[in-house]
Amino acid sequence: MLKIENLQARIEEKEILKGINLDIKPGEIHAIMGPNGSGKSTLASVLAGREDYEVTGGSVDFMGKDLLEMAPEDRAKEGLFLAFQYPVEIPGVSTTNFIKAAVNEKRKYQGLEALDAAQFLKIMKEKMKMVEINQSLLSRTLNEGFSGGEKKRNEIFQMAMLEPKLAILDETDSGLDIDALRIVANGVNQLRSKDNAFLVVTHYQRLLDYIVPDFVHVLYNGRIVRSGTKELALELEEKGYDFIKAEVEAANA
Amino acid sequence: MHEENDDILEQVTSSEYKYGFVTNIEADEAPKGLSEDTIRFISAKKNEPEWMLEYRLKAYRHWLTMEEPTWPNVTYPKIDFQDIIYYSAPKQKIAPKSLDEIDPELRETFEKLGISLNEQKRLTGVAVDAVMDSISVATTFKEELSKVGVIFCSMSEAIQEHPELIKKYLGSVVPTTDNYFTALNSAVFSDGSFCYIPKGVRCPMELSTYFRINAANTGQFERTLIVAEEGSYVSYLEGCTAPMRDENQLHAAVVELVAMEKAEIKYSTVQNWYPGDKEGKGGIYNFVTKRGICAGDHAKISWTQVETGSSVTWKYPSVILKGDYSIGEFYSVAVTNNYQQADTGTKMVHLGKNTRSRIVSKGISAGKSQNSYRGLVSVAKNASNARNFSQCDSMLLGDRCGAHTFPYIEVKNNTAIVEHEATTSKIGEDQIFYCNQRGIDTEAAVALIINGFAKEVMNQLPMEFAVEAQKLLAISLEGSVG
Repeated sequence: MLKIENLQARIEEKEILKGINLDIKPGEIHAIMGPNGSGKSTLASVLAGREDYEVTGGSVDFMGKDLLEMAPEDRAKEGLFLAFQYPVEIPGVSTTNFIKAAVNEKRKYQGLEALDAAQFLKIMKEKMKMVEINQSLLSRTLNEGFSGGEKKRNEIFQMAMLEPKLAILDETDSGLDIDALRIVANGVNQLRSKDNAFLVVTHYQRLLDYIVPDFVHVLYNGRIVRSGTKELALELEEKGYDFIKAEVEAANA
Repeated sequence: MHEENDDILEQVTSSEYKYGFVTNIEADEAPKGLSEDTIRFISAKKNEPEWMLEYRLKAYRHWLTMEEPTWPNVTYPKIDFQDIIYYSAPKQKIAPKSLDEIDPELRETFEKLGISLNEQKRLTGVAVDAVMDSISVATTFKEELSKVGVIFCSMSEAIQEHPELIKKYLGSVVPTTDNYFTALNSAVFSDGSFCYIPKGVRCPMELSTYFRINAANTGQFERTLIVAEEGSYVSYLEGCTAPMRDENQLHAAVVELVAMEKAEIKYSTVQNWYPGDKEGKGGIYNFVTKRGICAGDHAKISWTQVETGSSVTWKYPSVILKGDYSIGEFYSVAVTNNYQQADTGTKMVHLGKNTRSRIVSKGISAGKSQNSYRGLVSVAKNASNARNFSQCDSMLLGDRCGAHTFPYIEVKNNTAIVEHEATTSKIGEDQIFYCNQRGIDTEAAVALIINGFAKEVMNQLPMEFAVEAQKLLAISLEGSVG
């Protein structure tokens, strides 16, 4: 589904990604872990197409298409979804209308008719249950005055509505209390299927208790330095990132 | 990052004006230039009574003593008032006695603009007065309105048919001597709409006037007067477009509203005069004086405007709150792009006791345009317990445009509460990226964000016009954002 080869990227003059290789197949959940500043969020942003970053090398194949050639909105319509670490506020635009616009843009791209209000509402009601979000939140202006937990739940709700092929969760667990974390994780678990895949970016192992990954990768200094199964996450939890750093330093010495 | 931002801005704001066609129709014109002879020509063309001609000449003589104002925050070359045609009427073979007799070419022009002059087709229940250049070409639903006593006709007709009302109210809110352009308008105005809502009548449909400038080198000077008697209600909408021409054309209108005790007038404008091209060539100079008076207690006047057109706009729809407990409102969205300049706002003059006013102004600037809000809130000595709330928000698209706010507050009564809030913001890259990531392209994202920004004002528009206005906002900013 997603094949990343030797991906390199920088912001202004600073090299952040120094050659990432990653292969994600349908039905898989991959977790990317790593200390602050290792390039985790950069990887998520580069895949989504944020223009602040300049790709300086490598390739990304997304379901047979060159992802890096596509505009951000086309990546989205092809089925790539990013749950933002810091969802933005858009004053005056209701959350419902925003999601309706997004859903219908995607349908247009797929050559389907736009959903009318009744059809949209029906689908919305189903998905609302999934992420335990209520109507009053969706009637409010997009993310304005939402608590941290409400914003993250809203991201997962949008993911449910857009039914992406590949969903990237960028530190969705940050700032969540344990109840919100459970709700978010439940949403993801209900949405996972053999046809879609998830890339979960996180600093802590905690989220992975709820969303169990097939693979765990450790990103450090712009490279994936270790890959393994969920046991790797537990090891990191126990020993901290310092042992990884020490290993890498030793290898370079 | 900035450059990329500007590039997308550039793309979103570079769309073409959609109403720029010219109708090929023969016109009956006055010779170029302004003199007492021009005024006599216009008055004679319209078979006006002597008192109307005197009114015009008096205004003209006063105008000669006045100077063009220079205080607005706009710049434009000096207008040569001798180079303008002051009267141009589409020639019709016979004066149309009914709507069926209107010149097909004229009818087609208005159809193209989405204005049907055919009453059967007009299921939405909006009565329309269509004004082309200097004269009104058709007014629909007249009969139906007259059944409830509502008068809705062209100003020319009103002067002939209802002289007592015109004599009483014309110039009663905006005196001829008010300012340079009202004096000019009073001297040369050729047509416009007149509405009269009798006591206790709720006007059964929206009234609307559609203004179209067609002929070249022609100025449009329309005059609108709305009188709402005690306890009546009317909602009125005006729309405006013009062909694309290289030279600038002058539009200097005067609108007067009179609301008696417990009457309410809701006046909405969707102004889309030709704004000039991307280099700032051509476009309409829109110098307009609009003012309403809440003459009786508990009267209410509400102005809503969506301004996207004109190369230069100079306009302050105002309310004189004379009656106790009267209410004045001003809701405005002004969009400027490319080289457009707008200096617009309102005046709320509190004279009566317990009067209230509310101002919500949303300015959106793109390209190299300049957008100014200028507003006055004044509370007279005897206007105890006056309340005003003003909210002025500006949004900038790109970094070559400007937004300015000039609020004036004059309070002479210490029981008044006057509040003013102002904000300036830019469309954030992260907002646009967020939309992009949800599959919404940049143009649609900008339209979404702008409409969200302007929502409080858009909500004031009658439903069907709100949809049009939303599209208009998006079109006006096409090619400008990112």
